[in-house]
Amino acid sequence: MASTSPPPIDIPHQLDRDQLLDLYRYLRLTRGLEERLVSLHRQSKVVGGLFRSLGQEGESVASAFALNRRADGTGDILSPLIRNLGSMLVMGAKPVQVLRQYMAKGDSPTGGKELNIHFTSFQHGYLGQISSLGDLVPIMTGVTLTFKLRGEPRVGMVYVGDGATSTGAFHEGVNFAAVQRCPLVTIIENNGYAYSTPYHKQTAATALVEKAAGYGIPGVQVDGNDVLAVYGAVRAAVDRARAGGGTSMIEVMTYRRKGHAEHDAQPYQPPDEIDKWATTNDPIDRFVAVLRENGWADDPQLEPIDARVEQELDAAVSEAEASPLPDPEDTLSDVYAGETARPHWTRQVPPNPRFV
Amino acid sequence: MSNQRVLESNHPPATDAARQPITFLEAIREGIREEMERDEQVLVLGEDVGAYGGAFKVTDGLLDRFGEGRVIDTPISEIGFTGAAAGAAHMGMRPIVEMQFIDFIACAFDIITNYIATSRYRGSGPQPIVIRGPCGGGVRGGPFHSQNPEAAFFHTPGLKIVYPATALDAKGLMKSAIRDDDPVLFFEHKWLYRRPQLREAMPPEDHTVPLGRASIHREGRDVTVVTYGAMVHKVLDAARALEETDEISIEVLDLRTLLPLDEETIVDSVQKTNRLLIVHEDTRTGGIAGEIAMRINEAAFEWLDAPILRVTALDTPVPYAPPLEDFFLPQSDDIVSAARYLAGY
Repeated sequence: MASTSPPPIDIPHQLDRDQLLDLYRYLRLTRGLEERLVSLHRQSKVVGGLFRSLGQEGESVASAFALNRRADGTGDILSPLIRNLGSMLVMGAKPVQVLRQYMAKGDSPTGGKELNIHFTSFQHGYLGQISSLGDLVPIMTGVTLTFKLRGEPRVGMVYVGDGATSTGAFHEGVNFAAVQRCPLVTIIENNGYAYSTPYHKQTAATALVEKAAGYGIPGVQVDGNDVLAVYGAVRAAVDRARAGGGTSMIEVMTYRRKGHAEHDAQPYQPPDEIDKWATTNDPIDRFVAVLRENGWADDPQLEPIDARVEQELDAAVSEAEASPLPDPEDTLSDVYAGETARPHWTRQVPPNPRFV
Repeated sequence: MSNQRVLESNHPPATDAARQPITFLEAIREGIREEMERDEQVLVLGEDVGAYGGAFKVTDGLLDRFGEGRVIDTPISEIGFTGAAAGAAHMGMRPIVEMQFIDFIACAFDIITNYIATSRYRGSGPQPIVIRGPCGGGVRGGPFHSQNPEAAFFHTPGLKIVYPATALDAKGLMKSAIRDDDPVLFFEHKWLYRRPQLREAMPPEDHTVPLGRASIHREGRDVTVVTYGAMVHKVLDAARALEETDEISIEVLDLRTLLPLDEETIVDSVQKTNRLLIVHEDTRTGGIAGEIAMRINEAAFEWLDAPILRVTALDTPVPYAPPLEDFFLPQSDDIVSAARYLAGY
């Protein structure tokens, strides 16, 4: 019997069907994990703030997917931002690690010393950010300078927001990477807002990618909610970097549908603007439509993925909830190599101010 | 990762020529050079450090010996190259960052205190970096080429701070700093760089000085003077004068490493002399003297026969004109007055 559906169109960027389903799984995992975190946050089980990437999952997942991902410390390295949970999951971070981090557990990747997705695995290829925005640009310049000096075919990728492009660290890092032709790809996520500050108060440039010209490096702007377009642009930049073509910049156009963090009711964002992006430009909806329309995947293939993601997240939440909080004395370790810091003299029995 | 990869020793054989007395500056260069020979993960980054050899020529000759991959001239960007050093350290390198003048370390304050100092604690791994540069006044450098900003970093857990006073210590501490697995700020007082009287012959063997250990430069009975850097030499001048004119015996304690502070050696000395004077070239308020005084208050209060006092620079920016700068800086006469006051208390 002849099929009534159109013949499949070739998948672009040399991706295959399994990879498309993998991309889909990471998109669902990212959104699903954040939904679990929201629930835990409302139960006061998330200790600090919760940062959402709702509506930006597409560019996080697709950009990381373009890297050489290994688990043995020899692959590419990225440095994510607070809204790049998807990038970290693609590189191999586990949902249970993220949950433990947010819940400040003793067996979290940082042992309760750092929060949310600020954690590192050089083995898997991700370097945790710090809260001074833009700082990871020069840091990743140094990571990739080392790749270049050692002749290793490895690439680094660093994410900044529209806000961090205004920092000195961003400028100094990109400029040094350009001079040294480091294999570094800088992703500028333009989601319209830096906390409450809109784009037009951040810069007078018509596009952030125009800054690339000032550094003498290539730059492209891409629809950040088009998963395959992001993948294609990042893949081209990564391939060029790996081949010795130096650093480049990609501005991904997206939109932050939630506030800066869960506490932020985002009164500065017009509600109809948020609605419009949610209803007409959701990266996961768009990707699913593309999969269906081109005959690359159908619901019987996607639905079991959704189910598996939910199962995985159920297990991860249970595991993280059962994890212990850190031992207070852990505070003292890892300030210096092989030393512990001095504890409170008032807590000695009897109190002794002289102990050294 | 090849964090600890060490090359086969490539030292030139020790000859008499190699043991000629060398300056403080040459001692630092020799320390860097020997560690670069010893470990191929050691590299140098900074402004004008390569072809030009550094503004003070500390890195002179290193480019020819080690090439552009290990001696890297950078744009004017303290955030950029200090950050890049941190990234390279993550990959197992052991970078040495030169601040052309240590005053410019302020430009990289965020990267150093927020990123580098916390990396190990945050689980992002060790940061074996040396950040070094010329500091200190008395050379008519004005407000931005004369500072002693150690106190700005002394308060940051995760950092170590070294500030040598002699050529032997400069070389030995530099080698230890490069081998250390924690970030080390290395302060080089530029007034010491080429003082002929500071020339010393280096031992032929691998000469290291441990971090975190003070040294007693001169033994004495009556007053302990804790100091570091160029002030060690002014204190020694004062001690000689007091011995001659007042028969007051000064013990001169050179901290060498400011962080971690060698509290034990200070306490031992105070228990012997019962009087403590702290001398630093940095300004007074929030200076390291305050912390040392508090430590002694906690650990050796009953041993004191007099209040702990300090001699420091004034709480002003560093002025340019000779009469102003000389007035601003602590002088040997100030140290003599203070020690005399304490001895007679």
